[in-house]
Amino acid sequence: MFRSFCAGSALAGALLLGACDAAPETPTSRIAVSQPWSRETAPGQDAGGAFMTITNSGTADDRLIGGSSSVVGEVQVHNVTLTDGVMRMRQLPDGLAIPAGETVTLAPGGYHLMLMRLTQPIERTGPVPLTLEFERAGSIEVTLAVQSAGAEQPGEVGND
Amino acid sequence: MTDPFPEVEDEAPARSAQGLRTLRLFLWAAVALVAGIGLFALYGEKPAAPEQAVDYADSIGGAFELTASDGSIVTEQTLKGTPYAIFFGFTRCPDVCPTTLARLAQLRERMGAEGDKFRIVFVSVDPGYDKPEDIRRYVELFGTPILGLTGSDAQIAQIVSAYHVFYEKVPVEGGDYTIDHTASVFLMDRAGRLQSLIDHHEDADTSLAKLERLVA
Repeated sequence: MFRSFCAGSALAGALLLGACDAAPETPTSRIAVSQPWSRETAPGQDAGGAFMTITNSGTADDRLIGGSSSVVGEVQVHNVTLTDGVMRMRQLPDGLAIPAGETVTLAPGGYHLMLMRLTQPIERTGPVPLTLEFERAGSIEVTLAVQSAGAEQPGEVGND
Repeated sequence: MTDPFPEVEDEAPARSAQGLRTLRLFLWAAVALVAGIGLFALYGEKPAAPEQAVDYADSIGGAFELTASDGSIVTEQTLKGTPYAIFFGFTRCPDVCPTTLARLAQLRERMGAEGDKFRIVFVSVDPGYDKPEDIRRYVELFGTPILGLTGSDAQIAQIVSAYHVFYEKVPVEGGDYTIDHTASVFLMDRAGRLQSLIDHHEDADTSLAKLERLVA
């Protein structure tokens, strides 16, 4: 009812549009994380990557801005690009946008969370706890399933 | 009477106009033909232009001296006689480096016995951090023999220049850094000459065919 009223006013191009923007419900971010995973690292290799699929089924855009873990000094959001045969990795200082109604995948060769200053190697035997920080949704705890060093897929291990 | 050939005079401009039209058409056809030939020369023959590749190949590779994980010195002479796939990266690279080394390991496995006929060489472009011991532990992750090499800044600069590899240290927040670098794998023949490159985006079968040619 309310929606059709808004659609009607939008079609009419009326100033009422402004009123429709202020919808009765406050927009919210609803974040779900699936298949969070990482790759094993060698002793002495103090950096790793974390990958996952993030879905925002809410009505408000959100941003992944970082995270923390007991086995990591710092977590940063990074993006990798390959142009003219050169790999470039850059920090996304404002985080990664997770728009409302969309799914964003963090995977090798693209977006990832950079796990910096590992206090211990990431080993295949031990899943890694990670707390993700979102601008709106706040903290979300995940457990990274650990794959082999060069794995390109999360594998069969599901997680939430 | 004063105008004995009225039809002719009337026709002449018409004929010449028609002639011009024909000429114009002919010229346009010629332009199209030349353009077509040009386009064909530019794009049509691209797959069959090996001369350029050879020139390029000769400029890649050359003398270097680096240290292996066991402390031994490795030079271009050490590698001669066996083809090798050489890749430049750093152990703290969380993304492209492990992907590339794992892919090479998988390709070697797919090749069966032929897979033992080439070396996989990993050269660190982060000699300040990657000591021989770090590289040994890193390459061991991939479950196949990989010759991991590092050296002094000057030694790395030498091999990087020989292979025309790009690398650049880039600071990130918090005082740490990352390194932009060439992500291609150089396939060098028994004489140490470039045979082809493996691109990070190409599919596994394409890479496999290149490796099979390398050891043939």
